[in-house]
Amino acid sequence: MTNSTRNRIKDKAFQVFGIFCMLIGLVFLAALLINILSEGLARIDWDFLTSLPSRRASRSGILTAWAGTLWILVLTSLIAFPLGISAGVYLEEYTKKTKMASFLEINIANLAGVPSIIYGLLGLEIFVRQMGMGSSLLAGAMTLSLLVLPIVIVTTRESLKAVPQTVRQGSFALGATKWQTTWLQVLPAAFGGILTGVIMSLSRAVGEAAPLVVVGALAYVPFVPSSPNDEFTVLPIQIFNWTSRPQAEFLVNAAAAIIMLLLITFLLNGIAVYLRNKQQKKIKW
Amino acid sequence: MKKMNLNLSTLKAALLVTGTLFLGACGGNSKESNGTDDNLTGSIQIDGSSTVYPITEAVAEEFRTEAPDVKVTVGVSGTGGGFKKFVRGETDINNSSRSISESEAKMAQENNITYLELPVTYDGLTVVVHPENTWASTMTVAELKKIWEPAAQGKITRWNQIRPEWPDQEIHLFGAGVESGTYDYFTEAVVGKSHASRGDFTASEDDNVLVQGVSTDKFALGFFGYAYYVENKAKLKAVAIDDQNDTNGKGAILPSPETVKNGTYAPLSRPLFIYVNSKAASRPEVVEFVEFYLDNANALSTEVGYIAMPEEEIKKQKQKFQEFVSGLKK
Repeated sequence: MTNSTRNRIKDKAFQVFGIFCMLIGLVFLAALLINILSEGLARIDWDFLTSLPSRRASRSGILTAWAGTLWILVLTSLIAFPLGISAGVYLEEYTKKTKMASFLEINIANLAGVPSIIYGLLGLEIFVRQMGMGSSLLAGAMTLSLLVLPIVIVTTRESLKAVPQTVRQGSFALGATKWQTTWLQVLPAAFGGILTGVIMSLSRAVGEAAPLVVVGALAYVPFVPSSPNDEFTVLPIQIFNWTSRPQAEFLVNAAAAIIMLLLITFLLNGIAVYLRNKQQKKIKW
Repeated sequence: MKKMNLNLSTLKAALLVTGTLFLGACGGNSKESNGTDDNLTGSIQIDGSSTVYPITEAVAEEFRTEAPDVKVTVGVSGTGGGFKKFVRGETDINNSSRSISESEAKMAQENNITYLELPVTYDGLTVVVHPENTWASTMTVAELKKIWEPAAQGKITRWNQIRPEWPDQEIHLFGAGVESGTYDYFTEAVVGKSHASRGDFTASEDDNVLVQGVSTDKFALGFFGYAYYVENKAKLKAVAIDDQNDTNGKGAILPSPETVKNGTYAPLSRPLFIYVNSKAASRPEVVEFVEFYLDNANALSTEVGYIAMPEEEIKKQKQKFQEFVSGLKK
């Protein structure tokens, strides 16, 4: 066998292996989707979206759950994004590459791997008890903000790194300050990437149940929250609650609620992709 | 834990008085209340056991027609998680699938929290096997203990170690998660010490996972709440339990609404409780809610898969609560 045929076989082999790897993920996703859709799709109607939770599966709905989820999404974005993006900009553009900086870097990366329930315990002690917020939407959103902050910081830094040094140098050469360079040149150029990361981090926050249960999110809430100080429930908690009920009808409800949660996640990811594409078209170097 | 035993024995006494008189679950009490009370406002915070949750949810749902302006919220932090908040005065009512523990009671005392325990319904912890399991139709509590006690870990691994005539096959164990009140109750009743068991079994907080496990494994043995057995009767076989004490029913007894109610399904019949904070009980909306709870507990608990209490027992609890409330006013 010549060298080149051997290499060609290796090439082919890796290709087959790659397809196989990709299919594993896809097959499981497809199995999940088919299962959930076949079980829950028929259950989704206007009543399901606008009803309160009930002991009768057929009368039960997810109004308070999705309202709570939307509240949490908005509040978490408002809290986590300014903090995370600012921290990312500072770390990437302003700090010198000292030992302290690399120490911070390692710690932020580690924070991203901390189990989410730990953030819940932290939130319970600091926000709910010490700061006296109670089991409110605000306390929940601040806890989730802590959870997504590392992701926002890391993606912000990665996006900033991707902006060519020449852009900064050009700006400095024209006499711009560091702030002007960052605000007018670097940030707009990195905007698409930052936004993608930020929205991805929201998709994570939207699926979290454990930290919110610890903070005191509830299972039965018969009213739609009207202020950040109200108590709340979210879709993942409602789903978890329904899947653990003995009656099979509740499992159908859970499947339907999962479809709604997936829709929200897909919507968020769709927005991320759209904004990124739009941004890429605008920027030409 | 002494308190638990005391509770059970008083309960059993009450049950014996009631005898086998079956008072239908259809109680029809829900219309007994004094009609809609539009004047009540405020909010009631409830948290605690996920086992008790379905009943409290049902009561809260019905209570909305009774007092539409009272905001009742219910959480599912688990019995222990709920008590952590309850003993700090953060919640008004705690759903509980066991009695308050000594350490929790001490915490409450330190925080000047007083409370009242009210049983609201019964549950029968059901020991289940696969339907094709033809050998294990009855088991004694001593046999269950032999399987579940901490010393059994790694040693009792085959069916024929429990009874020699049973098959020489590995036994696969499924049980409630160690954080749950259900686990505490089962270990207390079977092993004799709360929270003590072998560690090498499949544990899950989600009983449907346990149902799935036992129903797909011919050599499995598991335990969970009666409601999960009833909903999955076709896929499971209940084991009759013999506590070798003939004063409360002779021989091995299967769980059923009757045997749980009259206390013969011992020692795995258990009451489920709500704990009411005394400060909360001085608020009219909480008083109204708890009274409404007791009035409707029987009808609603049967609807969500639990076992109604005898009428006498409910009456006793109502009286207990009324005395508690009037005691607070003094």
